[in-house]
Amino acid sequence: MPFVNWLKRNLVVIAGLLTLGYLLLPNVIVTVFSFNKPKGRFNYQWQQFSLDAWKDPCGVSDLCGSLSVSLQIAVWATLGATLLGTLIAFALVRYRFRARGAVNSLIFLPMAMPEVVMAASLLTLFLNMGAQLGFWTILIAHIMFCLSFVVTAVKARVMSMDPKLEEAARDLYAGPFQTFVRVTLPIAAPGIAAGALLAFALSFDDFIITNFNAGSTVTFPMFVWGSAQRGTPVQINVIGTTMFVVAVLLVLASMAVGNRRNRQKA
Amino acid sequence: MSTLTEAPPPLAPEAPEPKPPQRRGRWTPYWLLLPGILWLVVFFALPMIYQASTSVQTGSLEEGYKVTWHFATYWDALSAYWPQFVRSVLYAGTATILCLLLGYPLAYLIAFRAGRWRNLIMILVIAPFFTSFLIRTLAWKTILADGGPLVGALDTLHVLDVTDWLGWTAGDRVLATPLAVVCGLTYNFLPFMILPLYTSLERIDGRLHEAAGDLYARPWTTFRKVTFPLSMPGVVSGTLLTFIPAAGDYVNADLLGSTDTRMVGNVIQTQFLRVLDYPTAAALSFILMAAILLMVTLYIRRSGTEDLV
Repeated sequence: MPFVNWLKRNLVVIAGLLTLGYLLLPNVIVTVFSFNKPKGRFNYQWQQFSLDAWKDPCGVSDLCGSLSVSLQIAVWATLGATLLGTLIAFALVRYRFRARGAVNSLIFLPMAMPEVVMAASLLTLFLNMGAQLGFWTILIAHIMFCLSFVVTAVKARVMSMDPKLEEAARDLYAGPFQTFVRVTLPIAAPGIAAGALLAFALSFDDFIITNFNAGSTVTFPMFVWGSAQRGTPVQINVIGTTMFVVAVLLVLASMAVGNRRNRQKA
Repeated sequence: MSTLTEAPPPLAPEAPEPKPPQRRGRWTPYWLLLPGILWLVVFFALPMIYQASTSVQTGSLEEGYKVTWHFATYWDALSAYWPQFVRSVLYAGTATILCLLLGYPLAYLIAFRAGRWRNLIMILVIAPFFTSFLIRTLAWKTILADGGPLVGALDTLHVLDVTDWLGWTAGDRVLATPLAVVCGLTYNFLPFMILPLYTSLERIDGRLHEAAGDLYARPWTTFRKVTFPLSMPGVVSGTLLTFIPAAGDYVNADLLGSTDTRMVGNVIQTQFLRVLDYPTAAALSFILMAAILLMVTLYIRRSGTEDLV
């Protein structure tokens, strides 16, 4: 029975592709419904094809404002978390120091804690200090939870670095600063870039922690959350679709550049 | 939310770390650590202490709160909200098992069978992260809509009769039922299972499979005796990375569920942001944190702190 044999051999492939379909189905729906013209306030049922939302992505009040708040916070949070996280990663890989276990745990725990716990406890801190909730409290929170992920990404890269390269630079009379800028940093760069990208994605998409600590500031995820109660404009889907397409294109482009470099080296 | 192939999932085991060389500058590591660690101490650890203190305070918004060591708050919170706690564990547990069952074949496919499609599939697993997860969760409202094609098909195949009997769905609806919430949780946290699984599967030496085959092991036996045991680190970290955020989640229960599917996250959110009963909310959050810390500690006992970050 060739068919049954084929099925047996490829069962895992079929199951895997089904899972992939499950993962991608919502994105398909988001894209298709960005061309919808809903009758009521909610964009959950297909009515008819329309380009209205694509022609006027900022047509809903506050939508693009919230998007710009989210982008600003994401950029600053990425810069902050990447800087602090990279320093920690270098310390962890390159040096021996006391309280190593405690430092490891402190970096790991934010990744293991449910967001709602961090969100609630941070709010108690801000309330106790009498801090004004808004842009700055969101930024502080985002740097806090992005930090650990940057450390993980950079640490992995720095660990796989050959220390002999830096020794060679020193042997060739490069000073510590020159060695760091000309040798260490370029080799660590992919790890730092991966960490930064991760931080950006996490910050931009964060809802739970932001929702607790935002005060009256509205980020893009908070706008979407609010619209789930009030009525979902089609423009949300337009932005979701654009983000997906841009992300895929960026990754494909970076892979193409990487491939070409590899070929040039070979 | 680990993305990118470059970033290994936080819990994935690494080769035992070589002792870092002692360098000149005894204080250098401390200066490097200082700003980041200070940030985490002030904005992560300190808030936990504030929260613990809030949970044993009494008072009111108008008159202010005082620490009175009122531990009864814990008892009251637990007796009032134990169904939400049980539900959280139940939903998150089910979602975690589903993630493992769904994610394993895909991770296996990417690691061993994808060939030149490997990168593309990897991108497709990661890329949805860049569309806001709230938008994607809302899309499930369309997919599971009453009278929609999927619910219609499940109804025709009498699947809904079975799930209705089990109490997972109600009548011919899927939305606003436990099934919808578990489906959303599974969907949202599936990549957290796939990435660590993939990382540990990819490390397996292909020759071990060949060796098992040479010794007349059938494919299933090879999987059971070789592949699966070697992927255990990925299974453990994937399970933690899925279960922990799922247990604290309130977005899925809110968007896809009903008042009968409220999880502990929903209660904490309502108490904190709407009812403004801070002690109760802090106590609930503290119990959730303690439960999670217990799990993590058991894991650290097993594998040490170096594997964590």
